[in-house]
Amino acid sequence: MIKLNVNGQSREVDVDPATPILWVVRENLEMPGTKFGCGIAQCGACTVHLDGKPIRSCSTPISAAEGKSITTIEGIASEDGTLHKVQQAWIEAQVPQCGYCQSGQIMSATALLQKNPQPTDAQIDAAMAGNVCRCGMYNRIRQAIKAAAAIEQPAAQETVA
Amino acid sequence: MSKNKTATDKPGKTGKWTRRAFIGAGVVAGSALVVGVAVRQGNPIDRLSPLLTNGENEQLLNAWVKVDTDNIVTAVIPHVEMGQGVYTALAQMLADEMDADWNKVRILEAPADMQYVSDSIARDFLAPDLDVPAIFEPTVTGGILELAQAMGLQFTGGSYSVRATGQRAMRTAGAAAREMLVAAAASEWQVPAGEITTADSMILHAGSGKSEPFSKFALAAAEQSLPAKPMLKSPENYTIMGQPKARHDIPEKVDGSAVFGIDAQVPGMKYAAVRATPVVGATIESMDASTAKTMPGVLQILNMGDFVAVVADGYWQAQQALNSIDTKYSKSEGDSLDQDALFARYATHLDEAGDDGGDMETETGDVGKGFADAATKVEAEYKVPFLAHATMEPMNCTAWVRDGKCDVWSGHQAPVNARQAAADAAGLPFEDVTYHNAYLGGGFGRRSESDAIIMATRIAKATGYPVKMIWSREEDTAQDHYRPSATSRFRGGLDKDGKAVSWDNIHTHLFDPKDAPTVPYYNIASHKIRKVDVPTQLRFGPWRSVDHSQHGFFIESFVDEMAHAAGKDGYAFRRELLAGSPRHLKVLDTAAKMSGWGSALPEKHGRGIAFVPSFGSIVAQVAEVDMSGAKPKVKKVYVAADPGFVINPDGFTAQMESAIAYGLTAALYGEITLKDGKVQQSNFHDYPMLRINEMPEVEVALINGDHKHLGGGGEPGLPPIAPAVTNAIFAATGKRIRELPLSKHSIA
Repeated sequence: MIKLNVNGQSREVDVDPATPILWVVRENLEMPGTKFGCGIAQCGACTVHLDGKPIRSCSTPISAAEGKSITTIEGIASEDGTLHKVQQAWIEAQVPQCGYCQSGQIMSATALLQKNPQPTDAQIDAAMAGNVCRCGMYNRIRQAIKAAAAIEQPAAQETVA
Repeated sequence: MSKNKTATDKPGKTGKWTRRAFIGAGVVAGSALVVGVAVRQGNPIDRLSPLLTNGENEQLLNAWVKVDTDNIVTAVIPHVEMGQGVYTALAQMLADEMDADWNKVRILEAPADMQYVSDSIARDFLAPDLDVPAIFEPTVTGGILELAQAMGLQFTGGSYSVRATGQRAMRTAGAAAREMLVAAAASEWQVPAGEITTADSMILHAGSGKSEPFSKFALAAAEQSLPAKPMLKSPENYTIMGQPKARHDIPEKVDGSAVFGIDAQVPGMKYAAVRATPVVGATIESMDASTAKTMPGVLQILNMGDFVAVVADGYWQAQQALNSIDTKYSKSEGDSLDQDALFARYATHLDEAGDDGGDMETETGDVGKGFADAATKVEAEYKVPFLAHATMEPMNCTAWVRDGKCDVWSGHQAPVNARQAAADAAGLPFEDVTYHNAYLGGGFGRRSESDAIIMATRIAKATGYPVKMIWSREEDTAQDHYRPSATSRFRGGLDKDGKAVSWDNIHTHLFDPKDAPTVPYYNIASHKIRKVDVPTQLRFGPWRSVDHSQHGFFIESFVDEMAHAAGKDGYAFRRELLAGSPRHLKVLDTAAKMSGWGSALPEKHGRGIAFVPSFGSIVAQVAEVDMSGAKPKVKKVYVAADPGFVINPDGFTAQMESAIAYGLTAALYGEITLKDGKVQQSNFHDYPMLRINEMPEVEVALINGDHKHLGGGGEPGLPPIAPAVTNAIFAATGKRIRELPLSKHSIA
């Protein structure tokens, strides 16, 4: 049994420790918001936070998460359902098209703003270049990150074990 | 009061039909609980069909609107959502004509169910004058897609939804519903219908001060006969069309709750990883699965002849086991297919066609004479490679075949066709298959093919339990139905004033749309356009903008070369060619003006212009490119687009941005190559995607040039981008790019 903290809740899973976090989250924990895109950390669709830092869950074994906190797209809104300011900005800028990459985009963006509340364009590029959007909504992503940076919102308490 | 359970009540959530819900809706239509308005069983909608046909053979009314007791208007959308905003745009068209309160409009995707189109409700609903049962005979597999396309039902592609379904059906259905509600109120209030107005889902009579919600008269309206000629609004009266309404599907796409095909959950479901023969047409001769058998979680290892499947408790386990299997393949005709040999084969066929061979597509005037007499002759040959779609969501499908029934879950652009494919693969009658469609994690044409549906159904048939099959990215890249590679040759003639007088083109391959190689909008005295068919073993499929993706590059590159030969700038030269077409000129002029065409640019910067009408929309783009670095940097793209009338300006603008990113990815990097019949690319490291740091700024101007003839939005933004960029590179460097992608060339 591997003990995990996922979105603030204690969970236990009985899987091969080499199993990528992505598949544990999607299949064992039945949280399908995190997406499979490439399997080799090239597209960012699977991005989640591990102790607040963005990681590619398709290429990170679940053993690396033992004793740490995983945050997925399902875990960034407040408990009362209020969306994270990045999610709000995403709706405002009408960012998603097909939407498949957006969980990963949003997880990269929230991690960026947590570390750097007022990123420059170059810093946005650096933080977001690992996330492919095949619908090409990059300009809206940039616009939404800047809009979110301007929103005052108490940082949601992302659990860090 | 019970509410309609088929639509979810939470705003921003899109309803999905289930078999049970559909039948339920049929039963409740006409009852006091939920009332079907406008189109329902027994309504004489054949009276409406003349309004919808424009003299063509498409007599249909493929929209359905319901009003429930809470005054919620539900629009049924017979198209799938893959990010193009179709749910929202089509609902806008219906709601506007109905005078519905946009905040109280819900959306329901039409059921992916043949019941729907073959039972009595559907007969009236779809095509009262067609012999539907015969045409929809489920065993006639080939006809299904054709019919679905012809009827605008359940096939989403060709930038078709708004311009056909929306314009011909959704608006009429909304207007008819409004008139029926008004007639019901007029009868109840004993006032002339002409004194009644509607707004925001309310029915009003100013004289008496009476005012009631739609729902009050929904039941009575359902008893009205359908108006023979519902009055459609003219653009000055639009209140919802033309507005940048927020997309209905976005809220669930920011919190992880949107359900894509890959997210299907079926109790007891297992997971399959697959590997198909790397050469199309080969079979598996032998395989060594001795290691795989011993690996944890592995349930079954299946040699399906053309692919291997490993079924396991989890997907990762299945994929790991699959990776350990050593497979030997039979020899195949496709083994000899190599990249260079393929283009050499194209050249041979083009050479053999010579001046007069090949299949004539269009011919106007005497090209031979025009070219012979020309003061300046221009010749060029262009090439484009195979391209994969690379949807972010890899191909996948969940299937369950048991007890003579089959259920299939996926995201598909043609649900009716997907269902037929599953039925064939399961060996079951069509009616015993239920197809559950989900959001598409990218379509771009790839999800109009049913190969993944067929594979998953075959696996599920072999196992007997539900199986979710997911392709690895490597399979997705190597087993696509590719945008064809092509070669195109041009000969053009200019008179002594530098005016284009002849246009002679021969190219390999023609798929769809048939007008893609033609240039009827350019005023050139003589045209001759021919094609040669060159067989390849690789599977073809529609790829965003289809043949316009190749011919846009060919045509607009050659126009630029002719302009240069004429000593004119690309914009001025195109203006001459478009003389007499004010609508076209306005688009071209708008893009040029936005870009500051002609003004000074920094050193090693260039502007390029391209103009491509496609799918009923006219688009011009100017790209500004910085060639001072190691590779081309597209800094900004100015877009002018005239789709007739823009239903949702923000949605249409987003489609322009998206098409530019998709087309620019291909122009910069896109290339699928073959060696010994095998696709050499496998994942995003060797089939790269445009990323945020490479995305140009995009400025879009929208022009409503003809509100009676709408064009599409999903594709027309793509064809101009590659030639706009290569023409800009020529302006900056003097180097003419005649073969894509740009990554093949050393330019800077």
